[in-house]
Amino acid sequence: MPFDPNDIMKDRLTDIGPPKYDKFFPPIVKENYGKWKYHEILEPGVLLHVSETGAKLYSVRVGTARLVTVDYIREVCDIADKYCDGYLRWTTRNNIEFLITDESKLRPLIEDLKSRGNWFPIGGTGASITNIVHTQGWIHCHTPATDSSGIVKAVMDELFEYFGSHKLPAQVRIALACCLNMCGAVHCSDIAILGVHRKPPFIEHERVQNVCEIPLVIASCPTAAIKPKKVGEYKSIEINEARCMFCGNCYTMCPALPIADQDGDGIAIWVGGKVSNSRVPPMFSKLAIPYLPNEPPRWPSTVKAVKKIVEIYASDARRYERIGEWINRIGWERFFEKTGFEFRHEHIDDYRLAMTTWRTTTQFKF
Amino acid sequence: MALKHKTPMLDELMKGPWPSFVTDIKRVAERKPQCDDILGLMELSYKDREGHWKHGGIVGVFGYGGGVIGRYCDRPDLFPNVAHFHTMRVNQPASKFYKTDVLRKLCDIWEEKGSGLFNFHGSTGDIILLGTTTDQLEAIFYELTHELGMDLGGSGSNMRTPEGCVGRARCEWSCLDTQDIVYDITMRYQDELHRPAFPYKFKFKVSGCPNDCVAAIARADCSIIGTWRDKIRIDQEAVRAYVGGELVPHGGADGPEKRPLDIQAEVIDKCPTKCMEWDGKNLKIWDEDCVRCMHCINIMPRALRPGEDVGATILVGSKAPILEGAQLSSVIIPFMKMEPPYEEFHEFVGKMWDWWMEHGKNRERLGELIQRLGMREFLRATDVKPDPRMVNTPRYNPYIFYDPDDVPGGWSRDPKAYRERHQP
Ligand code: HEM
Ligand code: HEM
Ligand code: HEM
Ligand code: HEM
Ligand code: SF4
Ligand code: SF4
Ligand code: SF4
Ligand code: SF4
Repeated sequence: MPFDPNDIMKDRLTDIGPPKYDKFFPPIVKENYGKWKYHEILEPGVLLHVSETGAKLYSVRVGTARLVTVDYIREVCDIADKYCDGYLRWTTRNNIEFLITDESKLRPLIEDLKSRGNWFPIGGTGASITNIVHTQGWIHCHTPATDSSGIVKAVMDELFEYFGSHKLPAQVRIALACCLNMCGAVHCSDIAILGVHRKPPFIEHERVQNVCEIPLVIASCPTAAIKPKKVGEYKSIEINEARCMFCGNCYTMCPALPIADQDGDGIAIWVGGKVSNSRVPPMFSKLAIPYLPNEPPRWPSTVKAVKKIVEIYASDARRYERIGEWINRIGWERFFEKTGFEFRHEHIDDYRLAMTTWRTTTQFKF
Repeated sequence: MALKHKTPMLDELMKGPWPSFVTDIKRVAERKPQCDDILGLMELSYKDREGHWKHGGIVGVFGYGGGVIGRYCDRPDLFPNVAHFHTMRVNQPASKFYKTDVLRKLCDIWEEKGSGLFNFHGSTGDIILLGTTTDQLEAIFYELTHELGMDLGGSGSNMRTPEGCVGRARCEWSCLDTQDIVYDITMRYQDELHRPAFPYKFKFKVSGCPNDCVAAIARADCSIIGTWRDKIRIDQEAVRAYVGGELVPHGGADGPEKRPLDIQAEVIDKCPTKCMEWDGKNLKIWDEDCVRCMHCINIMPRALRPGEDVGATILVGSKAPILEGAQLSSVIIPFMKMEPPYEEFHEFVGKMWDWWMEHGKNRERLGELIQRLGMREFLRATDVKPDPRMVNTPRYNPYIFYDPDDVPGGWSRDPKAYRERHQP
């Protein structure tokens, strides 16, 4: 039955959920499910998984822009049809993996991918800088303090040599969130790029009562900075600007409180987080640079800062040390010394539980 | 066809070795006016250094409370084709395996009824269809369900689309059937996924081992992480082969060259609990001291494997730092067997949700509620016994909330008897 716009309930299917996962497993995965014995990265971006049965699965990993079109997906399908019997998967970090069982198709696939301009960079395995996980930015969200896709492109262009190689002490995970809501996981990343506002919202008093539920606006503020206030004949609100920490929650509740500002907004850089439990427990990313301006289209200050962190880490860290482990070994005083980043008031926590980050020992380095 | 909008700033992003979304969108903009306008709008944002989207507007498909996000442009005068540009979240198959036929059909539907732009994938895991109008939503939903066997994912105060790592489908370390657990949760809680009835969002994420490739510990209200209780399986022959330089250390993650592994420096000294010893011939692991960090296994994948008595560690409550400070998920159940139909797990989820729905304030995540009312209340509500594995250290402040039930006579006192013993 085709869709009938006049009777949307006809043949309606709901709550069917996603396709069952094994519907799209290639036969080799079905046959060897749970039997994988070991893996080897044959070269950057090319993985071999060997089963107890002796079966071999090759995966060729390529980076993507995440923001992609139907044309791109169709091209990906053409490639997967030609070499992979139509089977492929995406990784958590926005890479595609072409899955191959016939070893004789591996080289031709790699050559084919390489022949298609810059669409299909191969890499993202092992001690590399894999793809950046990121959020929407100016392409689709209403609260961003910066863009996403453009910065990611500019940073990956600059760090490209690290995507397709294994020359770092360990993997470096970069993430970007374009506002403090942070709908991408950047808080535990080796390097996090975070959009920040630095001016409190301004209030369009004549609009507030028409477009906002004032009690909801007041409740939305995490620092209780907002109070009701009558302004002339308008029912409106006031903001205690000294308490505002620029989260933008109130704007989400009330469009008469714009927070975006071309000169106020920009980027903060965080370092040293990790998620895996390997060696040391997961760690949060800590503030490295409190503010860099938004510099479209290629964000040179941000790109430069990220590259500097990567290069100093690459030359100074020991094998297997993630950025956070490296900094913990050398100490934050050395991190700021080596990077030349200015250590400022913003670096010293003054929020709740701030004191847990202050130095309560006489042990430090000169 | 020439494009309507000039985009000199965006054009700078067509250069360089990394794939360019601008080049990609431009080729579709030749035939789709929405793509032309979105490039124009982006260019304006690049000039203004401010976004141009308005939020809100309740849009959706009939009977669902989530899965669609309303979006309107604040310059419809200049960019009429993206004046209304709503997002649909489509629930991905667990671990994101696909066959091309389903992707091609999805492209056809989305080319006809939407902008042709995707996020593959959104941070939560869904396929994001970026940009369509209200009148297309039902038709797209119909075709998704009928032609692709696909459904919408979550948004709003509901269970969000669960996701897991690649697991046993292609990883030798997985201690869990990650896809099956994700699928089971997704299907069992379809109602919770599609009809927001929670105080706020709720996320499940499943990783097969402590390497935690989906960052479950950092971004899920309930993190399920595979682990084992017995011994790391050792192939001594292969250990000697690593030391002798016959195998590539770290599965080639540091380069494909064979080199003798310095097992003392690279493995044993890096072990967080120093529970390994190498006598030149055999590797000894005191498994009772191993904290299952995965390092030694990562470095010698052909010699070491996780044990066979596998299950999951269940952690809850990663949450925003917003008031009291941010948190990662904390251990609640150190070990749980995870076998279909996962009854024990779902019993726990039921108790957890009941407690959260009864006590949680609007927009209060589970982790925040636990902080507000205390871990004790949460453990009581879920019938979980305290265990040292739940803490890094016992408390170091003396302000204990004693329970009257634990004190003889409770908190009732006998003032008269007291005054008989003590003069005022
Ligand atoms: C006041 C709080 C928040 C608001 C107003 C908000 C708003 C939004 C909006 C409007 C989008 C859709 C962007 C688009 O596609 O157009 C979005 C996406 C998303 N949000 Fe939030 N959000 C908030 C908090 C959070 C938080 C705290 C998280 C998680 C930590 C989160 C996770 C996500 C995720 C995962 C997405 C998908 C984004 C992507 O994949 O690019 N959000 N959010
Ligand atoms: C180290 C710093 C920070 C980290 C790691 C962090 C992390 C997070 C995370 C993980 C969330 C999602 C919480 C959830 O899942 O519900 C979140 C939400 C949020 N964060 Fe932060 N954040 C940080 C700093 C800030 C700051 C400085 C602000 C404001 C100035 C802020 C404002 C918010 C807001 C408004 C939300 C959404 C709260 C809600 O969902 O109701 N965050 N943050
Ligand atoms: C300091 C402690 C922090 C904690 C405990 C924390 C915790 C969390 C939690 C629980 C989530 C839930 C994610 C979800 O709902 O999917 C989350 C998500 C997120 N956090 Fe953090 N966070 C912290 C710091 C930060 C910081 C400093 C940033 C940015 C610099 C950040 C950015 C994000 C983002 C972007 C997400 C969305 C993840 C996703 O949905 O993919 N967080 N974080
Ligand atoms: C079980 C928890 C604790 C108990 C039973 C305890 C008990 C005591 C006692 C009996 C004293 C001596 C008071 C006196 O001079 O007559 C003292 C002093 C002190 N305690 Fe604690 N304390 C506890 C926890 C803490 C904690 C967590 C801190 C700080 C983090 C702390 C910081 C101090 C300080 C700074 C002094 C004063 C030391 C001095 O001036 O000589 N105590 N405590
Ligand atoms: S991080 Fe903030 S601005 Fe960016 S997409 Fe998410 S909610 Fe929107
Ligand atoms: S931006 Fe955040 S902190 Fe500032 S007034 Fe609005 S809600 Fe409050
Ligand atoms: S989390 Fe563990 S089991 Fe899952 S893919 Fe990563 S290494 Fe493999
Ligand atoms: S898994 Fe980690 S803790 Fe256990 S033996 Fe190996 S290195 Fe040591």
